[in-house]
Amino acid sequence: MSKAEIFNRIRSGLRVQASDDVRRAAVRARLDARAANLIPQRAQLPTAQRLKLFIDMAIESAAELVELQHRSELAGAVESWLADNGIDQLVMASDANLTDLAWSGNGLVREQRPAEVGDAASLTNAFCGIAETGTLMLYSGSDSPTTLNFLPDTHLVVLAASTIVGPYEDAWQKLRQATGGQMPRTVNLITGPSRSADIEQRLQMGAHGPRRLVIFLLHDE
Amino acid sequence: MEVRSPEFKQAARIALQDANLQQALGNLKAGFPGKRAAAVARLPEFDQLRDQARDLKNHILEHLDLYLEEFERNVTANGGTVHWCRSADDARRTILDICRAQGAKTVTKGKSMVSEEIGLNDYLEAHGVTPVETDLGEYILQLRGDHPSHIVAPAIHLTLNDVATAFHEHHKRPRSDDPAVLMQEAREMLRKQFVAADVGITGANFLIAETGSTIICTNEGNGDLTQTLPKTHIVVSSIEKVVPTLEDMTLFLRLLARSATGQEFTVYNTLSSGPRRPGDQDGPEQFHVVLVDNGRSDMVGTELQEMLRCIRCSACMNHCPVYGAVGGQTYGWVYPGPMGSVLTPQMVGIENAGLLPNASTFCGKCEEVCPVRIPLPKLMRHWRDREFEQHLSPAGVRYGLKFWSFFARRPALYRWFAGSGNWVLRLLAGKKGRLGKLPLAGGWTDHRDLPAPSGKTFMQQWEARNR
Repeated sequence: MSKAEIFNRIRSGLRVQASDDVRRAAVRARLDARAANLIPQRAQLPTAQRLKLFIDMAIESAAELVELQHRSELAGAVESWLADNGIDQLVMASDANLTDLAWSGNGLVREQRPAEVGDAASLTNAFCGIAETGTLMLYSGSDSPTTLNFLPDTHLVVLAASTIVGPYEDAWQKLRQATGGQMPRTVNLITGPSRSADIEQRLQMGAHGPRRLVIFLLHDE
Repeated sequence: MEVRSPEFKQAARIALQDANLQQALGNLKAGFPGKRAAAVARLPEFDQLRDQARDLKNHILEHLDLYLEEFERNVTANGGTVHWCRSADDARRTILDICRAQGAKTVTKGKSMVSEEIGLNDYLEAHGVTPVETDLGEYILQLRGDHPSHIVAPAIHLTLNDVATAFHEHHKRPRSDDPAVLMQEAREMLRKQFVAADVGITGANFLIAETGSTIICTNEGNGDLTQTLPKTHIVVSSIEKVVPTLEDMTLFLRLLARSATGQEFTVYNTLSSGPRRPGDQDGPEQFHVVLVDNGRSDMVGTELQEMLRCIRCSACMNHCPVYGAVGGQTYGWVYPGPMGSVLTPQMVGIENAGLLPNASTFCGKCEEVCPVRIPLPKLMRHWRDREFEQHLSPAGVRYGLKFWSFFARRPALYRWFAGSGNWVLRLLAGKKGRLGKLPLAGGWTDHRDLPAPSGKTFMQQWEARNR
């Protein structure tokens, strides 16, 4: 009932004729083309500069960066980062790229599950990075629960340098290819750790999401 | 929410005398405009993006019904449900029905101005469902029984001292005046609520027709916890927020954070597309999108259609000298500042909100900074015209205009009157050349002297120079 009323109001406001094939064609064309609008120059850089821009922007957004060459160094680097920060518990995505790493098993309780209140740290894979603003793209799936990105105090994210694109538009294309055009339940664009300036416009880090966002950047991947 | 816009003048007088409010408003003026300017300076294409965003919004509005159809089709395909609500009351009832069907006792809420517009919290509360605001600013306001004074920074009218007092009273903890400590308190208090809630309600910055997705743009992460942890996720949004594709959404995202807070990008930009999928280990089992009209479809095809381009960035109020002087609550309803002065008369009636489009210096700064180039001064004038037509303007304004138009239509008389007025004022001012008091001009002379006219009138000079 309401729907018909709303649509009638819109159509009479727009003076839509009985046959609105032209309008329908215009809408279909735009939806199918998925054309990019203006992409800023900043986002269109050759690979080396794009990587540098990503790193600069991520750091500007208050993310922390651990640079590694090979995935073989990853488990050790994560374990020592956690040890250095006095954290002995890690919840992680059940993604084989993470579970199959050479974990030493020393002094760290690792669990593969969605996050719960009180979790100290989580580890997930980023789908890609976006250089334009130092942004990470992650999406939900059976081996990557969304709560891992929000509940723990510290969020550790693995990012392969080869997946870093310039503009957001390239990330959407990449996402469509990877998911066969079926949007995952949740797509997260994350740029730095949680924050709020709701008290007197004074910026405080760590509002409701992670207080720290640590990117493990794999250069050879 | 009760409409207090008719009391604008009294409220403004009180606001100007309120030292606490003036201190809080100082934070806004010292922050947002400078941050926006810096972000804009870093993106040379900013003005081109604004042109494209204006044109794209115009295209969307010309095809609004069709993009909404496509959006609904794709939400349904994702396993979600769209609810169409003509009025605020329809929307409130729809949301309550969903909550009741879930047997919900408490709902967590992300920040949503549409939920303020439809007065959702009071309604849920009155019907046995407890809403819990989770955005830090909104949480502070809920504790105080207060309402947002700004569409992006809802508690901007409060000082640190106000927040410390509210937390001390409600949290029963030792008082702290450290914003970091206060934020941690809120974080701890709300953790339990996120998990206990039966339903999570968020707003949406955009609705994406192509994918049937909704997106929220936030910095705290509360919206994400709100929509991921409970069994049901309700998105409450309005019909003009639809965009065609992810690429089109991207155009607006490049403008939104820069215009609002001067950030390059908000921390969390999260797309939600339906309920959890088979195999997902978390996420809601139900996904509802409640789409509110509440007067918007009536704006389509009228001069006010341009207002439907608004992406709720708050740049207009951040740069408005009137908003900066009196704060958001003085406007007396949900949407303050220039955008509110255009929207409020549409939503609560010009007879209730006629003062708002008059509460402007018409300096044009709002239009200058609007990311979708809404001609806000022109739209405020539109409401002034309606107000005059409907005989709603105050008697002083109406008789003043009649008096003026009598002379304006009789040029010779006008010139004689202006010329002799000039002479009389100079005479009254004497040697000082300034007037300390003048009948009918107390609004000026109570605070400063009025300089007497120093030469001939414009028309006299014009004639002299053309001769």
